[in-house]
Amino acid sequence: MENNIQFLKEKVLLNETLSFSKEVEERIKILKHEKTTKPVIFVGASSCGYVAGAQKTIDAINNYILENNISVDVVKVGCIGICALEPIMDVQLPGMTRVSFKKINAENVASVLDGVFNNSIVNECVLGQYRQKNLQAWENVNFIDEVDFFAGQKRIVLELNGIIDPENIEAFIAHGGYRAFIKTIYHYTSNEVCKIIEKSELRGRGGSGFPSGKKWKIAHDNAADQRYLICNANESDPGAFMEKSIIESNPHKLIEGMAIAAYGIAASKAYIYIRADNKLAIERFKKALEQAKAFGLLGENIFDSGFNFEIIIKKGPGAFVCGEETAMLNSIEGKRGMPRYRPPYPTERGLFGKPTIINNVETLCNVPQIILNGPIWFNTIGTKASKGTKVFTLSGKINYNGIIEVEMGKSFEDIIFKIGGDVKDNKQFKAIQLGGPAGTCLVKENINIVVDYEELNSIDAIMGSGSIIVMDEKTCIVDITKFYINFIQHESCGKCIPCREGTQRMLEILEKITKIPKDEASHQTLERFKGVMQLESIAEVIKDTSLCGLGKTAANTFLSSLKWFRDEYEEHIFDRKCKAGVCKELRTFFIDVDKCTGCNACMRKCPENAIIGTIKYPHFIVESKCTGCGICFETCKFSAIFIK
Amino acid sequence: MKSKIDEIIEKQNNTDRSDLLDVLQEIQVIEGYLSEEAIIKTSQYFKLASAKIYGIASFYDHFKFVPQGRFHIKVCNGTACHLANTSNLRKEFEKILKIQHGQCTRDGMFSIEYVPCMGACGISSVISINEEYYSSVKPSDVKDMLENLRNTDDRID
Ligand SMILES: Cc1cc2nc3c(=O)[nH]c(=O)nc-3n(C[C@H](O)[C@H](O)[C@H](O)COP(=O)(O)O)c2cc1C
Ligand code: FES
Repeated sequence: MENNIQFLKEKVLLNETLSFSKEVEERIKILKHEKTTKPVIFVGASSCGYVAGAQKTIDAINNYILENNISVDVVKVGCIGICALEPIMDVQLPGMTRVSFKKINAENVASVLDGVFNNSIVNECVLGQYRQKNLQAWENVNFIDEVDFFAGQKRIVLELNGIIDPENIEAFIAHGGYRAFIKTIYHYTSNEVCKIIEKSELRGRGGSGFPSGKKWKIAHDNAADQRYLICNANESDPGAFMEKSIIESNPHKLIEGMAIAAYGIAASKAYIYIRADNKLAIERFKKALEQAKAFGLLGENIFDSGFNFEIIIKKGPGAFVCGEETAMLNSIEGKRGMPRYRPPYPTERGLFGKPTIINNVETLCNVPQIILNGPIWFNTIGTKASKGTKVFTLSGKINYNGIIEVEMGKSFEDIIFKIGGDVKDNKQFKAIQLGGPAGTCLVKENINIVVDYEELNSIDAIMGSGSIIVMDEKTCIVDITKFYINFIQHESCGKCIPCREGTQRMLEILEKITKIPKDEASHQTLERFKGVMQLESIAEVIKDTSLCGLGKTAANTFLSSLKWFRDEYEEHIFDRKCKAGVCKELRTFFIDVDKCTGCNACMRKCPENAIIGTIKYPHFIVESKCTGCGICFETCKFSAIFIK
Repeated sequence: MKSKIDEIIEKQNNTDRSDLLDVLQEIQVIEGYLSEEAIIKTSQYFKLASAKIYGIASFYDHFKFVPQGRFHIKVCNGTACHLANTSNLRKEFEKILKIQHGQCTRDGMFSIEYVPCMGACGISSVISINEEYYSSVKPSDVKDMLENLRNTDDRID
């Protein structure tokens, strides 16, 4: 029998009819782990899994196998999306469907595996079983697509994440991978590829939502001896992790998307700009490149089509602003990552002065399916203005943290309360921050808006990177705004004044209003007052006059939170109170007279001499002197001090 | 004797500026930081002023100009972790180690760095020590954690 590489190349990739002989079909099933002779255990091993302790789980599984002397394949897979329930372990017995278990650690591995091998599954650990044709389903085990988290999703980009081994190109090809690329280079001209993508109405998922086909066409039509494709994987938004997770879980899909895009704009060289911190993603991508090369899917004269293509990995040394297209070009050229003036646009004069297109990871991952199924298929998914799906990361105060993909047109309400499983710890929902530091907040009043570029535009919100941060009643909106402004201020490249100086001023003012002035007479009170007067107008100026997208969106968080939570800002400024109890220096402490034993410990520690009392009698805090430092709170052994 | 920096530089086959960041990154992986020597040698190789090299390197958060501690502690400063109150955690580290972001303790043992989202928001607060992750870390855990690390130090002086 020929080896797997030869087999996949000749019988699968080069067979474009999609109808395979029975023998080929069987072999594909083996590669897909659908037909197995021995049990297979899959473990979610991407960043989220490892942080949750997947390595310990894997060790425990290996121990179990040794102890019980059974023959089992252990396969590392990517992230299925429900990061809150990691480490996730799937088991597939020969002839049976694959079952997924949640929160499997070194302690419960043995009992869960015992259950599976003895045909009595431990139910509280079950996430669900997969629906697989021709395999026998487990009785009394729910299906995974019935779980709320998955039921509301439509997975195109994330299709194989968490299912296949990301470090195994054979599994990817067995699942239909690289077929779109072969179809492209054999049947379409570059012009036709641009047309297909244009017709599919795919829009950039990196934030701006620019029609991808149009962008490709412009770059394609600019005469040049060399063109470049860049994949933007610089994800530095605090709270977004989809690009990293996609690359960790299915790097071949991205390579395929990049190869098709490069063919579409007639570029022979592509870069992927990926944040250097994402070590696992870089490692897996590198491995995937080597495998693709060995298959002849990258390199010179690919599959005798005359198309040459190579991908170079550029490790981004950690600057948020390098996610901006022109700053990224500078960074790849070995300069400070500062944005350039536009025009000329990168499609005209980009990397090394050549026409360049820059696309987001998710955008490129949509491409193979569009080629395979045709633009009309893609067109039927989504809404009138936005086609396809969108990947979001859910985090913050939500039960099911993770990565999800929904069809355009789904409401955020459904995303939070159905897929995300509602707010954590039964707290009250307050708001979501959509799109990270450049984004806006959505509140109860407009949470029923749907995922759609135009709809969001109409309420001045943006899709952004697609990170969703859920906030509950215990979150202080001023504090979170301060956090974002602090981030932007730190990441501002310093080229243009509104962004560099403006964000600094805003941060200063926000810091002032989250503190009680030490001295009422001094300029601190004035500064506070200035804040009230100036904050909004500074924000408007930054928004209107900044050079690049970083500055233009810097004030979004503030302006949108002010719109919905003006009362909370006013409370901070005038009443000097933080309802949520987050802003430390606005807290006021009280002593519970019933609990206080009069031990005197707090009184001695108080740096402001704000506590008075006689020994052995309950003490008292003078509110006007208290700065809210919390030292007394930490000192008290009798929990007699409480925050109001 | 040839230094490691020389070796990295000699491995290069062109002086194209677009390779500059890769070379600096490679040096940092081996040395842990960019020393004066590293900057001067790269500037000679790329035929750029050393001030320029420093200017480029200092633009990026990733490059360090002081050696890192034996235990390099990264504390996630992403939004989800912020909501899980990492500011207290950071304060605790700062209080015990008496250093701040980007600094290293005098005995060369610990250094801390605050980084954006580590991609494990579900189990915040997340920290990593020499690339090994710890989840759901609370300020009260910090003291023991550091003490344990100190004890596991197997360096032979
Ligand atoms: C400050 C800033 C940061 C950005 N960061 C990213 C990023 O991390 N990833 C990304 O794909 N796009 C990012 N973008 C958007 C890109 O500039 C660009 O619009 C996008 O990569 C285009 O790809 P698309 O057409 O596929 O969306 C950022 C933009 C700005 C202004
Ligand atoms: S915010 Fe800390 S891991 Fe994402």
